[in-house]
Amino acid sequence: MNILSAKNIKFVKDPLMDNNPISIQVLGICSALAVTVQMRTALVMSLAVMLVTAFSSLAISLIRNKIPSQIRIIVELAIIASLVILVDQILKAYLFDISKQLSVFVGLIITNCIVLGRAEAFALQQKPWPSFLDGIGNGLGYSMFLMTVSFGRELLGSGTLMGFRIIPDSFYAAGYQNMGLMVLAPGAFILLGLLIWVQRSVTGTVSE
Amino acid sequence: MEHLISLFVKAVFVENILLAFFLGMCSFLAVSKRVETAIGLGFAVVFVQTITVPTNWAIHHFLLAPGALEWAGLPGVDLSFLGFISYIAVIAAMVQLVEMILDKYSPSLYAALGIFLPLIAVNCAILGGSLFMVEREYNFSESLVYGLGSGTGWALAIIAMSAIREKLRYSNIPLGLRGLGITMLITGLMAIAFMSFSGINL
Repeated sequence: MNILSAKNIKFVKDPLMDNNPISIQVLGICSALAVTVQMRTALVMSLAVMLVTAFSSLAISLIRNKIPSQIRIIVELAIIASLVILVDQILKAYLFDISKQLSVFVGLIITNCIVLGRAEAFALQQKPWPSFLDGIGNGLGYSMFLMTVSFGRELLGSGTLMGFRIIPDSFYAAGYQNMGLMVLAPGAFILLGLLIWVQRSVTGTVSE
Repeated sequence: MEHLISLFVKAVFVENILLAFFLGMCSFLAVSKRVETAIGLGFAVVFVQTITVPTNWAIHHFLLAPGALEWAGLPGVDLSFLGFISYIAVIAAMVQLVEMILDKYSPSLYAALGIFLPLIAVNCAILGGSLFMVEREYNFSESLVYGLGSGTGWALAIIAMSAIREKLRYSNIPLGLRGLGITMLITGLMAIAFMSFSGINL
């Protein structure tokens, strides 16, 4: 089997646009909003979700024929929770500041619908390698939204990107003010709503 | 007592678990199309949240926290890294238990909540409530009140949302904005409305 055949590349590419986990499948929105005040936290969160999705899909796919279907949810949750504990401990050891800022949201990757959703919808029926790629692809699709939302929120809300000041002091001297709403919860909802509008107009998806 | 009432009001309105912390968005978006189903899911969440937060408090306090195993003669043991997997196991077990008890003693309520109960195990609001309880170091009565309050806040938000979405069916929304997009915008406006409670402090 060719490791990067056209079919396998499709598993990674599809979730980026046409089958995006956030805007089309409507999965994993909770954390997409909570960690997007700054781009740095959003980046760490994206990486964490991508790794957990990819490796949980891989693990579940490896043992898919051995899991009794009645208790599959709890088996999946146990695998995902173990991976999340691993991510949490690594973050606490090497990126303590960011792990403090992400607070409970690292733990909430367990109930992030993307991880469980892909396990249920894909990894339970497919071979390990496509499942792994599907996990990476969906993680990337999720990261794409997270980074775009956090770009808007950090630039408009604090005038910085990745912690570096972008909007020059002369703007503030001339009366420019940071948009306080963007730092708060409603800003995230509204920005994500508008992004989904743009994304769905591009892909031509219409619901109901 | 006043302190507990204040905590309850704060959990329902000011720090609404859905509108301020974005927890439980997935089921919020999926199940807010009709008022009756939203009410069913809302009550199921209040119910499970009120049971699981204090249960997880007990698990954290007597088994996992640093030094918690002192009663078993193991004062130096810190099992807090096992937190996530224990809480999610407690939640899944509790949901199963609640389902079985309801099935036995109140079939009508069971039939009403039926399909939503298993869904709750993977609702982030439930796990989030337990994680916030640990992070904010609540005691037993506080965690009970917080569980009830955060569940009620979530139920309130989803019921309000479903009522708005029922009316929305008759409006002419731009094509790409239909469904998810407009729901996010309305949630944003609702979050702004709930922010006006933020000065309240009993």
